[in-house]
Amino acid sequence: MRNRNATKSRAPGAVAVSSTGLYRSRTEEALRNILHNPVNAVLLGLLLAVVLTYPFLDEWLNLKRITDVIPIMMYILLALGLNVVVGYAGLLDLGYAAFFAIGAYTAALLTSPQSPLNLPNMQWFGNFWFAMVMAFLVAILAGVVLGAPTLRLRGDYLAIVTLGFGEIVPVVFRNATDLTYGERGLGAIGRPAIDIGFLGINFDLGGSPVFGLGNWSTQLPWYYFFLIVGALAIFGLRRLQNSRVGRAWMAIREDEIAASAMGVNLVTTKLSAFGMGASLSGVVGAMYGGYINFVHPSAFEFSTSVILLCAVILGGLGNIWGVILGGFIIQFFDRIMAGELTGFLNDIGTQTGNEFLATIELGNWRFFIFGAALVIMMLLRPQGLLPNARRAAELRPEDQTIQGEVQAEAPGFAGPGIEPTPASVQARESLYEVREQDDSMQEKR
Amino acid sequence: MILRREQGGRSSLTSLLPALITVVGLIALIVYFIAVLGWAAFLQTFLYGLTTGSVYALIALGYTLVYGIIELINFAHGDLFMLGSFAALTVLQLTVVGKSPAFPLPPWIALFLALVLPMLFCAGLNVLIERVAYRRLRTAPRLAPLISAIGMSFILINIGLWWKGPNPQSFPALLSVFGSENIVNNLFGTNEVRFSYKELAVILTTIPLLLLLNFVVFRTKIGKAMRATAQDREAATLMGINVDRTIAFTFLVGGALAGAAGLIFGLYTGSSHFLRGFDSGLKAFTAAVLGGIGNLSGATLGGFLIGIIGSFSDRLLGSSWTAATIFGILIIILVFRPTGLVGEQVVEKV
Repeated sequence: MRNRNATKSRAPGAVAVSSTGLYRSRTEEALRNILHNPVNAVLLGLLLAVVLTYPFLDEWLNLKRITDVIPIMMYILLALGLNVVVGYAGLLDLGYAAFFAIGAYTAALLTSPQSPLNLPNMQWFGNFWFAMVMAFLVAILAGVVLGAPTLRLRGDYLAIVTLGFGEIVPVVFRNATDLTYGERGLGAIGRPAIDIGFLGINFDLGGSPVFGLGNWSTQLPWYYFFLIVGALAIFGLRRLQNSRVGRAWMAIREDEIAASAMGVNLVTTKLSAFGMGASLSGVVGAMYGGYINFVHPSAFEFSTSVILLCAVILGGLGNIWGVILGGFIIQFFDRIMAGELTGFLNDIGTQTGNEFLATIELGNWRFFIFGAALVIMMLLRPQGLLPNARRAAELRPEDQTIQGEVQAEAPGFAGPGIEPTPASVQARESLYEVREQDDSMQEKR
Repeated sequence: MILRREQGGRSSLTSLLPALITVVGLIALIVYFIAVLGWAAFLQTFLYGLTTGSVYALIALGYTLVYGIIELINFAHGDLFMLGSFAALTVLQLTVVGKSPAFPLPPWIALFLALVLPMLFCAGLNVLIERVAYRRLRTAPRLAPLISAIGMSFILINIGLWWKGPNPQSFPALLSVFGSENIVNNLFGTNEVRFSYKELAVILTTIPLLLLLNFVVFRTKIGKAMRATAQDREAATLMGINVDRTIAFTFLVGGALAGAAGLIFGLYTGSSHFLRGFDSGLKAFTAAVLGGIGNLSGATLGGFLIGIIGSFSDRLLGSSWTAATIFGILIIILVFRPTGLVGEQVVEKV
């Protein structure tokens, strides 16, 4: 199929193979080059410093945005998980929010005092860490359960089955009122507590100030909690990408049949992609439950899945840094920019007397903006802002690839069905001459 | 995939077995429903299902036409249907609703306009969508147009939200011009089962449209071009068919059906909502898949089946579970028989 053509035509320098045989993406090569420039290195260091100290900066500069920044981090984590399924393994999952819901509800059911599972003899009940591990395991299980029947499906049919699954899960949570209280939602979900006695560290993330700092510091442990989980996820995903299973994911993405012929086990590879993607979503779901302290079925609908997909596609399928950028842009726009921009436009509108601008509310247009982002990205830059080089090659239209391939392999020769040009005839003749010379030289020996 | 009327014959016993199991299972289910509900309630549920099913069939045909010709799941189709219902509502509001509408017209003419104008509106909009969001992606990998279609669906949802606001919009009870007499009572003298002229009107509006579509696809020149394009786009080009125009025409036809469905469904259920397109669209897509996507008679059959299944699910499990039931069926069909009930087996080309 077209994918095979695409993989053959390597863009120059698309994939660098290091001496250990591991693939290193072009972005990382570029990053390495960028870091040689001291200005860039300083800028990147500054960015890292901002990320590491953001809660303090937020308080110091009086930004009051930390309650927006933590959900942004959460969405980025979810997008990273979706990237495993869609970006690495190429399985379009339109029901990813279902795993997020499963993780959040698992944590809620295992920790909330309102939960019907709140039995006196359950020793671990209410412990966030236990609930988080359970959310991880249950989400993997859900991923495999969904993955198993879809193994035979490809492309758009797979997308529809995952979409159906993503629709069924909220319906179940909404209607199973005995378990989840349906529309009323579940509240008072357990929050993590860190108690390291011998270091004298003992604080919970339950919303009280830490280290004797002001009220703002209630968000501080959550920020670092998400940051640590994010760092672990990035580390783990990067290792996975270069691992045997990661390469198998990319192989089935490029050509399932060829991968299978090369000995890639399609069943375990696909299931591991689903399980891996779902597990991250489950963990984030548990963290979401603890952070918001409330779960409601409406948080896990189709639009959540599509916004995450939007982030992955905008940033660049299959590239961790791209996905982080995409998730950041989408959520930054949704949570911070839209509000600020609305105020800005309204001000301009009132000053210039333009009624449309004075009353516009960008928050009401978010679906339009996300939809338009998806369409425009597909039309203009299907590989995303920071593309993964191999993925970009696959997404190039078929005809262009074939043409590029022919030209790359035989410069000066015309493609099939094209009249030979004088230049190509000349090139062919000179090639024959070279061959004849070679032959005559061999005869002489 | 081919827009074909005839299906290839499958004769061997092993390939008949799944069909046999399905039929036996269906009969068992019907017997069970009759036992639980009783004859009257069973028939009633069935008739309601048939009525809504005819509307699903109209929407499902839009999905199946487009899939048949360019193998794209046109995600935006359900939302097009929603915009069609809004357009119909706007026409009705301008002509008959309230004490002094802007352009007062007799109900019959208003109904006719509310059928024709949304059909034209949706047809035009669908052609525009194809031109903007899909045409350039025709040679791209299959996921690219699919994602573009999801984006388009979101855009249409937002347009619907902007047009009529977030609250459900109620339609005028215009179908009562057909009379609310119970036909069953007139014919058989029992009021246990209701089937009024309202339901009959829905079915009697959809069936001519279905027949018209059948005529266009199988009896006209442009229909022949559509089938040729569906079979092999390149060969069709070589035979002098304007492929771009044929595909645009397919979107035009699908859009017109969605517009008609918008009016009929709005009047029958009495309301519309900007998110209606998403769930009705998904149900109609399920219908198209159930019948075998790309197959016209399959989509019609699937539409009626989904309507009936939904109606029984409403009755037995409660309407809040209906979406889950239908999507469950969708998953089961896609997993076990992706070609649908009447679809032909298509070997995936490498």
